Amino acid sequence: MEFANIDELLKKYVNAETTLDEEAYLKGYFSSEDIAPHLAEYQIMFTYFKTSKKDRFTKNINNLTYFKRNQNWFSIAASIIIVISIYVGNHKFNEFQERKKAKKTLAHVAVALKMVSSNLKKGNQSFRNLYIYEDSVNKIFKKKSTLNKTIKK
Amino acid sequence: MNQSDFLKVINPFKDKVFRLAKRLLVSTEEAEDATQELFLKLWRNKEKLSSYRNTEAFAMTMTKNYCYDRLKSKQANNLKLIHSNYREKDTSLDKKLEYKDSVNRVHLLIENLPNQEKLIIQLRDIEQYEFEEICNMLDMKPTAVRVTLSRARKKIREALIKQHNHGVC
Repeated sequence: MEFANIDELLKKYVNAETTLDEEAYLKGYFSSEDIAPHLAEYQIMFTYFKTSKKDRFTKNINNLTYFKRNQNWFSIAASIIIVISIYVGNHKFNEFQERKKAKKTLAHVAVALKMVSSNLKKGNQSFRNLYIYEDSVNKIFKKKSTLNKTIKK
Repeated sequence: MNQSDFLKVINPFKDKVFRLAKRLLVSTEEAEDATQELFLKLWRNKEKLSSYRNTEAFAMTMTKNYCYDRLKSKQANNLKLIHSNYREKDTSLDKKLEYKDSVNRVHLLIENLPNQEKLIIQLRDIEQYEFEEICNMLDMKPTAVRVTLSRARKKIREALIKQHNHGVC
């Protein structure tokens, strides 16, 4: 084709009025070697469009079902873990609660025992007083008896 | 639909999905992840696939939406895009070096276009879809598609001419 035609087509192309066939023609035209120098920018564009269509998706997508099955396994495993952790957690919580209770009762018992001991101390004190009393009584009686003895003598 | 049927359905356009994702997300790794994710989504909805008139157009629309979402969340996270690792293959021998720069320049120019222009350039100039198909995929009016495409083409062309005149390589 002549230059005039190409220029015309390019004008249409820039205005987005070309059909796919015309664009394919342009692409073909610009992949040839001898291009008019005033069209250099178009050649760069069309070369880029052509090369970038060669980019391929290279990752494997054959393992979709495998992935899906895997996911199922994941959810099953996750639910098992959750159940176990709830069970263990509950157990631990109960234990903790029991320990708390035990501490409380221990404190109660300690207070009660302290009271008992202090009361016992009081009792002891009074016993001691009693002993002192008895002692002194005894002393007096002893003295009395010895006095009586000396008097008898 | 079993797996091999599904693969047969997606095989004709899996590269197109990947290229579109790469155009929008820039990095190859991101685009690969996005493509896998998209096929997984399609696989999960495989029962519905046959009810779509045009599975390929549907997949392309999904790709666009998915990539937009990714871009949005990335912006929200203030993450920087990994820069393009565009590799150029197969260019004619002696001009290879010369082209390498100029062709890469087009890549950068497209990268700096607004997303919509990027999309339409990708769908029309690289994947060669009909205007009608593009309207379908992007849910746009034909005139809007043409205006956007024309604007994008002009931008690229003018930038190339400018660079050429200034001797920027």
